[in-house]
Amino acid sequence: MTPVAVMVGANRIVPAAGIIHPLGNADLSPDDEKALRRRIVEQARQALRTEVARPTVFKPE
Amino acid sequence: MATETLRVVCYLNQFFGQLGGEEKAGVGPQVADGAVGAARAVQQALGDAGTVVATVICGDNYAAEQAERAVAELASLVAVARPDLVVAGPAFLAGRYGVACGALCAAVQAKLKIPVVTGMHAENPGVELYRRQVYIVQTGAEATRMLAEVKRLVALGLKLARGEAIGTPAADGYFARGVTRNVLAGASAADRAVAMLLDKLAARPFASEVPRPAFPPVPAPRLVKTLEDATIALVTDGGLVPQGNPDGIEALNATRYGAYSIGGKTGLDPAQYDNPHRGYDTTWVKQDPHRLVPVDVVRELEQSGAIGKLHETVYSTVGVATTLAHSARMGREIAEQLRAAGVDAVILTST
Repeated sequence: MTPVAVMVGANRIVPAAGIIHPLGNADLSPDDEKALRRRIVEQARQALRTEVARPTVFKPE
Repeated sequence: MATETLRVVCYLNQFFGQLGGEEKAGVGPQVADGAVGAARAVQQALGDAGTVVATVICGDNYAAEQAERAVAELASLVAVARPDLVVAGPAFLAGRYGVACGALCAAVQAKLKIPVVTGMHAENPGVELYRRQVYIVQTGAEATRMLAEVKRLVALGLKLARGEAIGTPAADGYFARGVTRNVLAGASAADRAVAMLLDKLAARPFASEVPRPAFPPVPAPRLVKTLEDATIALVTDGGLVPQGNPDGIEALNATRYGAYSIGGKTGLDPAQYDNPHRGYDTTWVKQDPHRLVPVDVVRELEQSGAIGKLHETVYSTVGVATTLAHSARMGREIAEQLRAAGVDAVILTST
């Protein structure tokens, strides 16, 4: 859904893990799932301290 | 055909009313008999169809700085002249002038029940403020084609004054007023869509029947604190609600949102939450609400000092088939509450 977020003008956009569970993945083990969630939130943290001038997608490193 | 000659009143600012430039921008409302300054173009465009009986003039600064008073005074001057039509401007790209034209037209139309028309450039702030209330003809940015543009204002104004049917915004050259009107189309939707596609493939001009909403750019705020000092809130449009959905957030077309305390919680107990969202399969976020709202890991970030504080209220609504108007309102209200609570940044999780 990141193209929609760009189109409507959201400024800091972090791709997540999918529509039905953006911050998780039921196919992973509980530990791996939480690690996935940490990675996404950490990316959001980095996005928050990055100055942007236009809608910007912060791609996974 | 014997038609009665219409009485027309024009509204102009100090410049187009030939009182002077910026040095006269403070002058208050005044009226002159007949057509003065740019109102002469209105008279020329009217021809035999009407007579400009008076020109009402006000300085831009007076109109901008004491808007309510200026509009009330101007409307009284208009009423005295007993017009059948009021033509304001055109204001082109002049902001103060455009806003004054829109405000006066809206007041005259609402209070005096007299038809009004004005004109301005698409980027004049008066357009967004008044296009839903009054007919605003689209003009260029400058007065270089004054007579041609005034003719279009007058053509629409005459239709309004005579009670004739008004065409679409494209046909009659005014800014869309947000009005939906049923019309009988000449062909089925499938026929029209295929015709449009053929036009597009052949690089011929075509017009969509579905206007796309405009999303004006929103300046990106800068985080003024370090993350280690910042209070961060979690917001979602993914439909997280406490069991029983106490705010009655709708399953789609939501008009409501909820504010739910996570005070002291290190995580969200699935037994205490539900999800009415009907735009995606909520099975997995009901199994574990952290898959939607990551209270667990953000609380850990707070405890490790990576962020200053996790805000103790989560805001949630259902984002599916939600109208832009309700989305904008809810967003504004939530932002006001977050700001009042001293929140510095938001992580909004979306499905």
